[in-house]
Amino acid sequence: MNRPVLQSPSPAPVSAQSQASGTPPKAAAGMFAAYDTPDFFCELMRRTDPLPPSLQTVRDRLAGFDLNELRHRTSTAEAQLYRLGITFTVYSDREAIDRILPFDMIPRVLTASEWDHIDRGVQQRVKALNLFLRDIYHARHVLRDGIIPASLVLGNPNYCEAMVGVRVPGDVYVHINGTDLIRDRSGRFMVLEDNARTPSGVSYVIENRHMMLRLMPDLASGMPLRSVEEYGLRLHQTLCEVAPEGVTDPQVVLFSPGIYNSAYFEHVFLAREMGVPLVEGRDLIVENHRVYMRTVAGLRPVHSIYRRLNDEFLDPLAFNPDSMLGVPGLVEAYRRGNVTLANALGTGVADDKAVYAYMPRLIRYYLGEDPILDSVQTHICAEEEGLAYTLANMDKLVIKPVGESGGYGLLIGSQATQTELEEFRAKLLEEPSNYISQPVIDLSVSPTLCPSGVEARHVDLRPFALTGHNTWVLPGGLSRVALRKGSLVVNSSQGGGSKDTWVMAR
Amino acid sequence: MTQTGTRFPAMLANLNMLLSRYGESMMWLARYMERIENLARLLEVTEAFVRNPDGSPGWDSILQINSDEDRYALLYPLPATEENILAFYITDSTNPTSIRAMAHMARENARSARPLISTEMWMQLNVFTQSMMELSTPDIRRNGLSGLCNRLKQDCQTHFGVTEGTLYRDQAWLFYLLGKYLERSDQITRLIDIRYHTLLPGGETSGSPLDITQWGSVLRSAAAYHAFRRLQPVTTTPANVVGFLLKNEGFPRSLMLNLRQVDSTLNALSTHYNLRHQCSPLQERIINLRATLEDQTAEDIISRGVHEYMTYIQDELAALQADVSAMFWPVAPLTPQMAVSPE
Repeated sequence: MNRPVLQSPSPAPVSAQSQASGTPPKAAAGMFAAYDTPDFFCELMRRTDPLPPSLQTVRDRLAGFDLNELRHRTSTAEAQLYRLGITFTVYSDREAIDRILPFDMIPRVLTASEWDHIDRGVQQRVKALNLFLRDIYHARHVLRDGIIPASLVLGNPNYCEAMVGVRVPGDVYVHINGTDLIRDRSGRFMVLEDNARTPSGVSYVIENRHMMLRLMPDLASGMPLRSVEEYGLRLHQTLCEVAPEGVTDPQVVLFSPGIYNSAYFEHVFLAREMGVPLVEGRDLIVENHRVYMRTVAGLRPVHSIYRRLNDEFLDPLAFNPDSMLGVPGLVEAYRRGNVTLANALGTGVADDKAVYAYMPRLIRYYLGEDPILDSVQTHICAEEEGLAYTLANMDKLVIKPVGESGGYGLLIGSQATQTELEEFRAKLLEEPSNYISQPVIDLSVSPTLCPSGVEARHVDLRPFALTGHNTWVLPGGLSRVALRKGSLVVNSSQGGGSKDTWVMAR
Repeated sequence: MTQTGTRFPAMLANLNMLLSRYGESMMWLARYMERIENLARLLEVTEAFVRNPDGSPGWDSILQINSDEDRYALLYPLPATEENILAFYITDSTNPTSIRAMAHMARENARSARPLISTEMWMQLNVFTQSMMELSTPDIRRNGLSGLCNRLKQDCQTHFGVTEGTLYRDQAWLFYLLGKYLERSDQITRLIDIRYHTLLPGGETSGSPLDITQWGSVLRSAAAYHAFRRLQPVTTTPANVVGFLLKNEGFPRSLMLNLRQVDSTLNALSTHYNLRHQCSPLQERIINLRATLEDQTAEDIISRGVHEYMTYIQDELAALQADVSAMFWPVAPLTPQMAVSPE
C-alpha cells in the first residue's frame, strides 16, 4: 500500500463546494440553429442521408455546446497559442510582431473511407512525381515519348541543370510533400496543387490536435481519432533512410534560414520532434566536399539535411552569390553524394502550374494506372483543343500564365470587364503556350465560429506525405479555413485560419 | 565508408555535441536574465539610498558603475535626472543596457536556442519579454520604481526556477550556468563598487551611523542582509560587509561562490564531454583569479583599494568570456583533424 503524500499542515481546507461551478443551461436549438445550410458541399452537414456515424456524433455533441462557451474556449486557445509562441513572426524595422494562425474550434472530420481514398491518391501522386523527376534529370523518356513538351520542362525556371545525371539515394527526390486538396459541390476531392519544394504547415496539424484535446476533451472523448503524433519520428526515420550510402548512424539536421524566418516556429517544432539540431548556414561548413557542423568540440560530420530554404539560397557558389543564408560548397558536396538534401534540388519543376496540367497523363505514363485523385479540369492552351475551348469560354474560366509563379497575371473571367476580356484574348492568341485555363471551383465549406455565430466558411486540406524506402501519409492534414465570408482564399496572409483535421479510424 | 567510424573515436561519435551557436545563445540568455535582475537591484538601491551632496538621489553614480556615462551623454543631457535615467535604463531600446534592450536580447537568444530549451522556459520568457517590450513610462509611474524592480526580480527568478526545474542537463545547461555564474560574479563587484564610489556624501566618515545604514542597504539589495546578520550579529563594519559579499562561501551572490561555480562548471564540461583541450586555459585563468581572492583578507582589499580590485576582477571576467568565445565558438573553426585531441 502506498503511503499518503506528506503535506504541510493546512490552515483551512479548501471546501469542495467552493470549487464546483454551475453548468449553464443549454440552448434548446443548439448552436447550429442559425446555420445556413449553404449551396456548397458542407464537410459536417453533408446532404447525404444518413450521415456517417462519426459525423453524426460530432454534430450532435457540437449542437449541445453553448455559443458563449465555445467563444470562451476559443479565446483561451488563442491566448495559449500566443503564450506558447506557436506563431509566425512578422519583423518590421526594429520590432518583432508575433501573430498566431487563428484557430477554429470546430474540427473538420474525414471518414475512414474518405481518408483511404486520399491516402492512396496521395501515395500514387508522390510516386509519379518522383519517377518524373528521376526521368527528366536522367534519360528523359517522357520528353522523347512526347508526353509533355520538352520546352515546358527544360525551359522551366525551376529546372535545375546541376541535377542532371546526379543519382540521389533511393531515387527519392520529394521526401516531404504537401498535396493541396479541395472538394467541389458534389464533395469530390480534387488536387489543386502539389507542394514538392518545402511545404509548410505540418506543425499546425500537430499543435492544433494538442490544443483540441486540451480544450475540447468533451468533444473528442471516445471518438476513434487517428493520431498525428508519429510525424516527427517518421520524418527522422525517412531522413535516415535516405542518408548517403554506407553511413550507418547518420547525423540528421534541420537547416533553417534562422529566427527571422516567418516559419521559424515550425522549424523549431520539427527539429525538436526529431531530436536533431536546428542549424543555420553559419553553423555548417564544407571541407573536402563533406559537410560539417560547428560544435563546441569542433567540427562534426552531417549526413542528411532537411532544408527549409529554397534552392537558390542554399549555396552562394552554385546559385545566388548574394545569399547570406547558404553554405558555400554545399551543392557540390551533395552532387558527389556525400550528403543528402531533402527535398532534392530542382523539385520545383514538378509542382509547377504548367506541369500540373500534365499530371494525370504522367501518372498513366509512369504507373499505368488511372489517377486516384482527380485534378481540376485543366485546358492546355498550347494544344489546339484547349485553346479553342478557352477562347470560347473565357467568361467562365480562370486563365493562368504558366511561366509565372504565385497568382500573377491571371484572369478570372466572371469578374473581368469586356475590355479586360478582349485584352486578355489578344495576349492569349499571341502566346497560347504560356497559358492554361480552369473552371472556377466552389470549395466545400465547414461550420466555423464567426462573430455573428456559427457560419459556413470555405476550407481546403493539405495532407503531408513522407517518402524514404516507402511513402507514408500522415493521417490528418492542415485544414485551412477562409475566415472572411464568401472568400475562397485560405492563405494565412489573407485572413485564413486553421482547423483540427480528424481522420476517423473507422 | 563512414566518416564517423574512421575519423572519430566511437565514444566521441556517439556524443551528441552541442552546436557552438547554441552554447553561445545559452550563455547569453543566462547573462542577460541575470543582468536584468541585477539592474533592477541597482536601480532600487540607488533610488532609496544613493544621495548627492544636496540630498537628491545620485543617479550619476549608476552610470559610473555600469560604465555608461558616454553612452548616456550621447542620448540625454547632463546632469542626469530621474526621468531620463529611468528612460535610459528601462524603456529606451536604443540603449543596449536598458531593460527593454536586454529583454529583447534575452528573447532573441532564447529563440535561437529554442530547439533546446523547455516549452515552459520559452512560455515564461515569451510572456515576460513581451511585457517588457510593452512597458511604458506611465506604467512605471503608476506602480513606482520599486514596484517595477520587484516585479523584474520576481520574473527573473521565475525564469531561473523554471530553468532549474525543466532544462535537460547536458552541455546546454552547463553553458547556461557558465553565463549565469560569470554574470553574477561581475555584478557583485559592481554592487560593491557603487557603495565604495558614491554612497557617502562628502563629509561622512567610514563607520559612521549613516555609513552603517548604507551598508545595510547594499546587503539588502543583494538579498544578503539576514544571512549577514546571522553570521555577524553584532558588528557591521565595511570590512565585514565587503568580506561577506566577496569571500563568503555560502552566500549565493558572493564572488567566491560564483567563481567556484564557474570552475566546477568548466570542470564538468571538461570531464563529462571530453572538452579538456578547450577548458584547460579557461580553468587556469579562473584558478588564478580565485587565488587573488583567497590570498587577501577584506582588510587587505580595502587598504589596497576596493575600486581597483573590482576593476581588476571585471577585466579578468571579460577576458574569460573572450576565451570562452575563442574556444567554443571560434570565428575560424578547427579542422576536423585538429578537433580531436590526440589521446
